[in-house]
Amino acid sequence: MFEMMQRIRELSVQSLVYLAALLVSAIFIWILSDLVRGGIAHLSWEFLTESPRDAGRAGGIASILVSTILILLVALVTAIPLAWATAVLLAEFIPITSLFGKVVRFSLYVLAGVPSIVFGLFGNAFFSIYLGLGFSILSGGLTLACMLLPILTATAEAGLRAVPDNYRLSSAALGMTRTAALIHLIVPAAAPALVAGLLIGIGRALAETAALLFTSGYVDRMPGSLLDSGRALALHIFDLSMNVPGGDAPAFAAALILVSLLLCINILAMKLAYDLQRRKMMI
Amino acid sequence: MRNHGQISLIIAGLLWLLAGAVDAASQRLILTGSSTVAPLVGEMARRFESQFPGVRIDVQTGGSSRGINDVRKGIADIGMVSRQLKQNENDLYAFTIALDGISLIVHADSPIVSLSKTQIADMFTGQITHWSVVGGTDARITVVNKAEGRSTLELLLDYLELKNSEIKPHIIIGDNAQGIKTVAGNRNAIGYLSIGAAEYEVKRGAPIRLLALDGVQASVKNIHNGSFPLSRPLNLVTASEPQGLIRQFIAFAQSSQVHDLIKSQYFVPVDAD
Amino acid sequence: MQTDRLLVGFLRVGAMVSALVMLLILLFLLLESWPVLSQLSLLRFVVDTSWHPLEGAYNLMPMLSGTLLASLGALLLAIPLGIASALFIVFFAPSYVASLYRRFIELFAGIPSVVFGFWGLTTLVPLIGEWQPPGASLLAGVTVLTLMVLPMVALTAYTALAAVPEELFRNAAALGLSRWGMVRGVALPAARTGIIAGIILAAARALGETMAVLMVAGNVVQYPESVFDPIRTLAANIALEMAYAMGDHRAALFVSGLLLMALVMVLSGMAGLVEKQSHV
Repeated sequence: MFEMMQRIRELSVQSLVYLAALLVSAIFIWILSDLVRGGIAHLSWEFLTESPRDAGRAGGIASILVSTILILLVALVTAIPLAWATAVLLAEFIPITSLFGKVVRFSLYVLAGVPSIVFGLFGNAFFSIYLGLGFSILSGGLTLACMLLPILTATAEAGLRAVPDNYRLSSAALGMTRTAALIHLIVPAAAPALVAGLLIGIGRALAETAALLFTSGYVDRMPGSLLDSGRALALHIFDLSMNVPGGDAPAFAAALILVSLLLCINILAMKLAYDLQRRKMMI
Repeated sequence: MRNHGQISLIIAGLLWLLAGAVDAASQRLILTGSSTVAPLVGEMARRFESQFPGVRIDVQTGGSSRGINDVRKGIADIGMVSRQLKQNENDLYAFTIALDGISLIVHADSPIVSLSKTQIADMFTGQITHWSVVGGTDARITVVNKAEGRSTLELLLDYLELKNSEIKPHIIIGDNAQGIKTVAGNRNAIGYLSIGAAEYEVKRGAPIRLLALDGVQASVKNIHNGSFPLSRPLNLVTASEPQGLIRQFIAFAQSSQVHDLIKSQYFVPVDAD
Repeated sequence: MQTDRLLVGFLRVGAMVSALVMLLILLFLLLESWPVLSQLSLLRFVVDTSWHPLEGAYNLMPMLSGTLLASLGALLLAIPLGIASALFIVFFAPSYVASLYRRFIELFAGIPSVVFGFWGLTTLVPLIGEWQPPGASLLAGVTVLTLMVLPMVALTAYTALAAVPEELFRNAAALGLSRWGMVRGVALPAARTGIIAGIILAAARALGETMAVLMVAGNVVQYPESVFDPIRTLAANIALEMAYAMGDHRAALFVSGLLLMALVMVLSGMAGLVEKQSHV
């Protein structure tokens, strides 16, 4: 009798878990197939190489892609030096118990939790108005840079800490300065982790909409300079779907491109992370 | 302060790095404001740019209040405002470029063609909740309202003699186009927007219908002759007496060179009496 | 040695700037919301009739309740589904199905919120609208949020479950525990802190999410009477009105930004505490 009960319970739990997994897969496949079905017909080479016309109903997304890349570049060029400098300092030069290190780490931990719309508010108040950059690619990129700081720092610090200590000891024994050891040994050893973190950051930046609404603006034309407003791809999808009657087809196509782009970046990042793990096991 | 300096330094570095892409020296105009005026001014800007190479004009939407706000703060050179300036805004200079009306819209499948002012007021305040009361099907009305700060909303409230807090909306939207999209996607919705924007979308196949107001058709003709009760000027505003390029552009927008653009967007040119 | 000192100085400046960003954000949020914070009593954000900033009514509570309801609803759905997904990967599925399913979830963790919002707008909202108009509703918001936080719950729960020492399972098996007995008696208790930390982070994400909710929730400021009523969240409010807000209205939006940040900071603080506990 008891055994019966247990078997039934075992079976019902198992079927519930399978059902949950099936449900989740079904919904996600539903979303993906909706995206593909809605967007595939609108995709073409011209869609990638032409600028949007008629509020995005016609033409393509060339200017949007250019703006997106420029915003991303500004964000990375600003965030990488700061983040990696912070990570190197935290991982290599100051003890884990140091007060300065704790303050920096805590500050970045809090920063990581800030909602993206709050970054948007801040970017608008600080970069667009206080620094006078207006609605521009520069404002948007710098706002994103603030957002990327915690991710880039955390991944880089973890990567540097994972480098075995005998690298440091042997370089010291050879009489290398710590700077030289860092440049020639430690950073190269941690490079895959740095790149994986970078890819995660890029993925986050590409997906971002709310932080760019009031910083990089809405203009869908080819940007002529970094002080021009430029519309990012995620924002373009938002605008087409919310504000453009008849904008669904190009929005589907743009979403399809964004998702495929993120998919490639994710796969690359995952591959790096797995390789890293395997290598660590070999050491 | 050190932080500020650091950031300026980074910016300077960036500018230098991408110097090829940066040529802020060329002449630029930034216009922000009303989503009703923006498409029209966008077309004007394109024509202006083709006549004056080397000029770049960026047009961004966000609502009339933003136009005023940005001009005051110096973020924009010219603001676009789809209403008359208010008492507390007479520090600004306004230049009317066209006239427009506001129309109630429903889905094209709806049997309704005309509503009275009281019917509309009752719908928007939640006293009429079903279309059957005004001669439609027995379906619940979805009231589409605009977000606070939009001049279209302010004008409608003025006309209905209501406050926004009395309105019981079901969906809140931002731009004109979002209103069209929402109503086109919902058979039982009622919304309101610029006649120019609505006509333009109807001609391009959006399934919406402009309702007559107290029996007066919402049309360009009736705005022109003043019989349509809900009409308004479309203005360009500046913070100071316009000079140079700004003056040049405003003069261009008020000239007869752009009347075809105004008409093609279903607005009414000012001096076409 | 000289180069070392130079480098460290350089790095310190970088770290200082990184740390100051957070301070700068807080400073500017306070600065921008000061006009309202200094003039109005905080009570106004609680007792005013509703949110009509142009009529001088600044009640944030309907939007706070909308935010909390949407997040709570999403968590209620995402927690069981997420944990079941993690259990599926670790204990129930054959290994190749498990790794495939995990990749699948990882893929969905990276999909931008605007895409979920767009899907909700074109598929979900009309679907709900057919059944219970107007369609744009709390329910639509909850569903979209669920899809967004589910991968997060599932992946953190998976990580926590996978980190449970093999030894514990061997002991449990030796005791003759059934699979469910093992999951309930050994795996879940051992992975508890990790799972809870993941849930708290998911909650923070749900509270702060903007675009997806903005697109599907209808954005009417009200206390919903049913799940089919539209709501507006704090984050959506900022995105919707920030573009043209001026003066006190703008300042009030920064106040709602502060409120939102306070909520999220409390949550991530909690997550930090939970994680710290698990290390002790």
